[in-house]
Amino acid sequence: MSSRLKKALRGLAFAALALAAVPSVFSAAAEEAKQQYFPLATFRVGAYASSGIPVWAGEIDYFRYINEVEGGINGVKLFWDECETEWEVEKGVECYERVKAGKDGSPVPIFLPHGDPISKALTEKTVADKIPQITIAYGRTESIDGRVFPYSFPVLFSFWSEASSVINHIAEIEGGKEKLKGLKIATVYHDSPYGKETQVPLDFLAKTYGFENIQIPVPHPGNEQSAQWAKIRQLKPDYVFLRGWGVMTPVAIKTAAKTGFPVDHIIGGIWSGSEEDVRPAGAVGKGYKAVTPFPAGADFEILKKLKANIVDKGLSDLKDPKSFGSVYYNSGVIEAIISVEAIRKAQSKFGNRPVTGEEAQWGLENLKLDEARLKEIGADGLVQPLELSIKDHEGGGAGKILQWDGEKWNIVSNGWVRSDRELLLPLIYERAAAYAKEKGITPRPDVSN
Amino acid sequence: MSFFLETLVGGLLAGVMYSLVAIGFVLIYKASGIFNFAQGSMVLFAALAFVTLREAGWGFVPALLVTLVVMVAGAIAIERFVLRALIGQSDLTLFMATLGLSFVIEGLAQLFMGASVHELNLGIDDIPIEVGPILVSQFDLLAAVTAGALVISLSLFFNFTRIGISLRAIADDPLAAQSIGIRLPTLWRIVWGVAGLVALVAGLLWGARQGVQFSLTLVVLKALPVLIIGGFTSIGGAIVGGLLIGASESLAEIYLGDLLGGSVSTWFAYVVALAFLLIRPAGLFGDRAIERV
Repeated sequence: MSSRLKKALRGLAFAALALAAVPSVFSAAAEEAKQQYFPLATFRVGAYASSGIPVWAGEIDYFRYINEVEGGINGVKLFWDECETEWEVEKGVECYERVKAGKDGSPVPIFLPHGDPISKALTEKTVADKIPQITIAYGRTESIDGRVFPYSFPVLFSFWSEASSVINHIAEIEGGKEKLKGLKIATVYHDSPYGKETQVPLDFLAKTYGFENIQIPVPHPGNEQSAQWAKIRQLKPDYVFLRGWGVMTPVAIKTAAKTGFPVDHIIGGIWSGSEEDVRPAGAVGKGYKAVTPFPAGADFEILKKLKANIVDKGLSDLKDPKSFGSVYYNSGVIEAIISVEAIRKAQSKFGNRPVTGEEAQWGLENLKLDEARLKEIGADGLVQPLELSIKDHEGGGAGKILQWDGEKWNIVSNGWVRSDRELLLPLIYERAAAYAKEKGITPRPDVSN
Repeated sequence: MSFFLETLVGGLLAGVMYSLVAIGFVLIYKASGIFNFAQGSMVLFAALAFVTLREAGWGFVPALLVTLVVMVAGAIAIERFVLRALIGQSDLTLFMATLGLSFVIEGLAQLFMGASVHELNLGIDDIPIEVGPILVSQFDLLAAVTAGALVISLSLFFNFTRIGISLRAIADDPLAAQSIGIRLPTLWRIVWGVAGLVALVAGLLWGARQGVQFSLTLVVLKALPVLIIGGFTSIGGAIVGGLLIGASESLAEIYLGDLLGGSVSTWFAYVVALAFLLIRPAGLFGDRAIERV
């Protein structure tokens, strides 16, 4: 054996030993570290900065509240730094690679990709690195199945649940699910993988309930939609489900008004349901509805606590006080609550210290936020009751319906509008199994059962 | 038939909106041979400056005038600090400079005026008018009239004023133009200033349509096929190109979209543009470059 080959083999052996030692090194480091690192992949500049800025403010304000008022999670304070992604996939992945090793001996418990394409690009990397990614209201719907997607958590409200909740809301308006039969429901969607995500469940629900399912694509960015709304005028649907992104939403509302379609018969999806989406539409946006897992409003108990302890004391990350209690701000608060509770749950098993990604995965898969716990946090009404498991990384599956009054959103649904998850889950598991087959993944056993 | 007509009219009116952006490109290309990649950023900057002033309590006219002054000042700064140093450089170098400029303008806009989404109300009720069996947008009609007025004034400016003729001379041959006493920096300042005015008009109309937000920069994507069809040097061509693109993409979306199983309007505009490139490389009204070989 040549000396060069020997050297190479020795190098490989060292590398293998180093890799094998990583989890134990982290466990040791995590025990030594006093604080929990929580990196934030933000987008404060670029095309989507207007939505990113309030999201991160909500997130950071809640973390500060945990540190300042509660003294950390069981005494373990959070610390974070930001990495700017501009909502671009390559920058998001680069940020993940930069932070995944942790900081100052403190490991990364959870990564928040904040972008559908970024989360998809990280699906396999997070498995290799054993770092859970939480993707509330975006990401692959089939990643609900944690047997196939052990480190992806589309917690609360997947796109399939979004579509189903909208149909159930229409059923409530019409007087029951049997009244859906014969209705025409058009989905005007962003022509992208995100936009197409609801086609399968809507097709299934249309066959189940007997409504006509019309699909109308809008090319990115959606700043001109006269043809699509001329088609709506021709087809005369009873309701329009609007699945936009960015500028597509206000243009859709304005064009709908131009073509005489009643705006209160348009129900926006999650990403067509923020103040930033509807405000540019001006007066014609009055009456527009949207489904969301992020109810707007500042009257929730936790929001009052944030106002008193963080905002009024000048500790808030929010530059524009008008955004306090907005959909995006509250989405950041909700995401932070779930992250903190998952870490707290992991600590209950692994000890009150910074936890690793693998430990946080256990925390997430055993997370239960019932009405009592949500009340303790002050998040009842803001966060839906939630119970996650290996087989169910979504856990919730309900949304509230908001309606724009020209100035602000008002919650108009009677509590949470549940989706038909029991109908849809078998289809979701089928898709997850197909993914596993395609990628050669052996699904984990569901030990929670 | 009425559905076809309504789709066609909607497309034509949308096309006029594309033309508004395309005219800004034509102006700078016509006068300096530069494809100004920063035009979309200028549209964003102008609209954002106007809406920021309005939200600060300024009246419509003062806000408009101050924004115009800002755009002209920006044009002077661009000439002084970017273009003057590049006189005599290749077209590609100048193009790359405008590419860099677009990022600087976007960055400055977000730095000084924030990244929020703003509503822009121009006070025009967008209630549709019924013309026979079809609905026509009042707002789009006003945009069409504005674009028409811009085309007429700019055509008069380029064809019948001393400055306009000097600008055309520079576009044909900058060295020859300078040798007969035409001052290139002064004229560049003027043309970038006028392009700033066009960006302001486009920014206001597009901003009122979709809100003033970062994605205003993306409206240039719609202007490119318009330029290819109308020609990079013809202001009237920008209007005709806009009408052709608007109508064809709208009709294609309706009549081809279902057949092809998705939205077609974005790429179909480029298919039309490519077809024109093959038949008339200089566009319908562009100047055909004749070189002695």
